[in-house]
Order: sequence, then C-alpha cells, then structure tokens
Amino acid sequence: MKARTVDAIWTGILYAISFLVVVLLGFFIVTIILRGWGFWDPQFLFGNPSNTQAGGGIGPQLFNSLYMLVLTLLISVPLGLGAGIYLAEYAKQGKLLSFIRLCIEAMASLPSIVVGLFGLLVFVTLTGWGYTLIGGALAITILNLPGLTRVCENAILDVPYSVKEASLGLGATRWQTLVRVVLPAALPQIITGVILAAGRIFGEAAALIYTAGLTTPFLNASADLSSKLNPFNMFRPAETLTVHIWKLNSEGIVPDAKLIAAKSAAILIVMVLLFNIAARLISVLLQRYFTGSKGRKKRNANKIAV
Amino acid sequence: MKGKKPINYWKSEYIGRMLVTFCGFLIVFATLAIIVFICSKGIQSFTQSHISLKEMLFSKQWAPNDSAHPKYGAVIFIVGSTLVSIGAVLLSAPIAIALAVFINYIWPEFGTKVLKPVLELLIGIPSVVYGFLGVTLLVPMLRDSFGGVGFSLIAGIIVLSIMILPTIASIAADAIGAVPHAYLEASYGLGSTRWQAISRVIVPAARKGILTGVVLGLARAFGEALAVQMVIGNTVKLPSGLYSPTATLTGILTMDMSNTLNGTAWNNALWTLAMILLLISFFFILIVRAIGQRGGK
Repeated sequence: MKARTVDAIWTGILYAISFLVVVLLGFFIVTIILRGWGFWDPQFLFGNPSNTQAGGGIGPQLFNSLYMLVLTLLISVPLGLGAGIYLAEYAKQGKLLSFIRLCIEAMASLPSIVVGLFGLLVFVTLTGWGYTLIGGALAITILNLPGLTRVCENAILDVPYSVKEASLGLGATRWQTLVRVVLPAALPQIITGVILAAGRIFGEAAALIYTAGLTTPFLNASADLSSKLNPFNMFRPAETLTVHIWKLNSEGIVPDAKLIAAKSAAILIVMVLLFNIAARLISVLLQRYFTGSKGRKKRNANKIAV
Repeated sequence: MKGKKPINYWKSEYIGRMLVTFCGFLIVFATLAIIVFICSKGIQSFTQSHISLKEMLFSKQWAPNDSAHPKYGAVIFIVGSTLVSIGAVLLSAPIAIALAVFINYIWPEFGTKVLKPVLELLIGIPSVVYGFLGVTLLVPMLRDSFGGVGFSLIAGIIVLSIMILPTIASIAADAIGAVPHAYLEASYGLGSTRWQAISRVIVPAARKGILTGVVLGLARAFGEALAVQMVIGNTVKLPSGLYSPTATLTGILTMDMSNTLNGTAWNNALWTLAMILLLISFFFILIVRAIGQRGGK
C-alpha cells in the first residue's frame, strides 16, 4: 500500500515536470512574439537601421542572416555529405577511424566563441580579408560540420544492406550503388537534418562577432560586385540579426533599442518555428515519395534513361 | 566501347572515393588546425609577455589595463564559468532525467508526439534569444524579488539550465529507451511498483548514458557565450553568493578581445583564456570517452 502511494506521487511529479516544460516553451514563444508584436511591418523588415533615431529597420541584418545561411549551407552540406559517405562506406575499422571519430567529437564540443576566435586568426587576420561574410560562413561551417557529418553517416547506414547487395549483384560499381541507390534512399533523413542545421546556423551569433563583424556597410544593390557596398559581395563585413540583438543589448544607443531587439527576437523565433515545421513536413513528404509506388516507378524510368 | 569502360570506371570509382576521403580528412585537419592556432597564440602570454603560469592559474587579480602593475589572474573567470555550469547541470539534470523517464515509460505517445518536438524547438532557439528573455524577464524578476541588480550568477544558471535541458534529456531518453524490456518485466514479476522499477532498475541500468548526457550538457554550458554574458553581470570579482554578479571565461572573451591590440600582453592573456576554454572542452570529451569505455558495453 505504501509503495503504491509513493508510486502515485512520483508519477504525479513526472507528469507535472513534463507539462511544465511544454508550458515553458509555449510561454517563451508567446512572450517573445507578444513583445515583438508588429515585427512584420515592411518598413521594419526591409528598412535601414538608424544610429540615433527611433524607427529604424533591420533590412541589412536580415539580408545578411539569410545570405550567410545560404553561403554556409553551400559550403557545409557537400563537405558534411562527403565526410558522412566516407565514414559510412569507405573508412576501415582501426586506429585511423577512431582518431577521425575523436576529432569529430572534439570538434562538436568546441565552444562557438573559440571557433570564432580561430576564425579571427585564420579567416580575418591570416588571409588579410578583415571581417567578412565568407569568414563568418566558414566559421559556422566548422561549427556545423560534425553534426552534418553524423546526420549523413547515420542516414546512409540506415539504408538496408539488402538494397545495396541487390544493386551490387546487378553489376553496379560501389560508387554507382552509392549515388543511384543508397543516397536517394537516405535523402529524406539527410534533408531533415540539413533543415534543422539551417535553423542552428540562422541562430548562431558568438562565432560571428569576430569573423563577420559588428557592422554592415550602407548597402547599395547597384554598386559594383567588388565594392563593399554590393549586398552580394562575400568579402564585406556583415552583421547578422543575432549579432544585432546582442549588440543592441550591450551597446545600443538608439532610443528604441529594446523594441528593435524584441522584434528581431520575434523574427528569429518565427524562423526557428518555420525551419522545424518545414523539416517535419518535408521528411514526411519525401518519405511518401520515395517509398510510395508512384514515386518508385518514376525513379526506375529515370534510371533506364540514364 | 571496350576502351571507354575503364575510364568511366576510374572516373566514377576513384574520383568519388578521393573526394569523400578528402572530406573525411578535412575534419581531422580542421580540428588540428584549431588546436595549433589557438594554442600557439595562447602560449604567447608565457613566451612573449612573460606572464607566469602560476599567476594566470592561481591569482585572483585581473587588471590588464593597469599600466604600472598589470595583473593577469584568471581565477575569477575559471571559477565563474565552473560555478555557472555546475549550477546549471544541478538544476537541469533531474528535470532532464524525469523527462527521459516520462518519454519512455509513463506516456510514450505524448513523449514522442509532444515532448520530443518541444525539446527540438528548445534546442533550436538561438542563444541570443535566451539571453534576451533573460534580460527582459528573468533579471527584472530577480531584482524585484531578491534586490540587488538582478544580473547575477543565479540568472546565468537558470538561463543555461534551460539551454542544456534538451541535450541531457534527449541523450538520457535514448539511454533509458535502450534498457531491455526484460528488466522491467523481471522487476514487475518480483512485485515492484512502476516507480520502484524505474528508480531501482531502469535508471541505474541506464546510468552510463545518462552520465554521458550530463557531461555533454556541462560541456555545452561551459562553452556557451552570449546568453550567459548578457545576464551574469560581468563584474570582475568572485561571486559572494547566488545573487551577486560575476564573470565567465566566454564572457570576457566576447567583450574584451576587440578592445585590445594584437601582440599586447592583455591580448595575449585573452588568447590564453581561449586556450584554457579549448583544453577544458577537450577534457570533457575525454571524460565522455572514459565513461563509454568503462565496463565494456
């Protein structure tokens, strides 16, 4: 009887803790969105920031964040996919592999500020570029590479071995099997992982302070691509939205710094929500596409044509 | 036709293989490069600026801008970082283990459909947003209820504990989920209640995985920069209690690195702090490895 009472009490406590965590997240999201209410105002989203007056926008910062995200994904996804394929398909058990794994673990645990400082040494000082967008993208690539590698490796290892054997038995080479059979089957998992990584890239700040800098030049789309004013020039300083929030908090002199920070935080939260929902939706859709009968016929037709 | 085949074979097999091997080794190269660059900068304090290692590690005086008698003791930052991350883990680990148990044994459907996505979202929230929440909600609340400035050790601990909760919880949930079902059945067969089975059989059986999660959470807490820096107050002194402000290794690096000139003793001392941070994060990985190797499986 006593043991049952204890059991009931602890079950109650576990329920309470779990619901509290869910409520906490809900509270965070609602608070941030309410505090930043009105963040969708186009004048704020696309307008230029003001240094002294209230009413400035965050246009350049938002653009920098998105551009940085695209650039980082372009660099880190091929590298992570390559490393994942190497670990899953080609690396042989032994000292070398366990050393590579140790490196991945070590890299995954690096504090982002340390990666930022490494970026300051290599991408800013050593190369002589100064604070640049590409330097920032390379620094976040280092941060995200271990995670992406793990996602790709697991996705490839999850493909049933019999599928691989069937392809090899039909006379396909290892690489052909990999590219035409294994990778398509692993794609849903990889894409989900990449989208979740994209959310993290979008939210990174500490690694960018010393690599992409705290300022943005006055952007002008009609400027020459080599000019620091052109928004698409990778070799220009670029303050992202996250860094902007941090800077407003520590040294903001604009009268409405708090409000701009609140609205920017709301945008970040909405983006994080979108990335998560997108990851879920796409993984369900792709799963259906690759395992459904309609999808398979279409793929086979493609293969014969090739 | 026959002559073409080897070329195609060579192209498709070896070029692809070389490319992916290159990607694999790039990770090794990048890790080694980070160690070499940060450490070669970090030891300049001792080789160029002649700061003694003893002063760095054991002195509480940090006054690098004092022109007559500059002091480079890092104790305050090391203690601050340690206190804030251990506090965060103490607060976070019990909640995380409770969540892990709940997901696996109490209500798995709610666990996979609601709790896991919630944890994923909590991971996804950027650290500056946590810092912003800390500054706008937590700090005023602490100021009103306990007095002082509000920016304090406890504010850092609370913010960090929420940030590392998903890390510990998801690893602990995997560990608890991997405990064979037979253990639960055997325990039930002996007449135990669910709580007795969980607390005396399941959680002890999963302790290695849980411990791994806790250490990784500690590592994440130690390396977190902006959220902590925004709420901890950044006063260069040892905290006198939970409600007093202090400073961390990551915080001082975030704030001061751009204020100093390359090559000065102050700048070198900051790089040494970065090196300490790097070494501590590697130390955590070694602990995780040691936990994994102990006792075979």
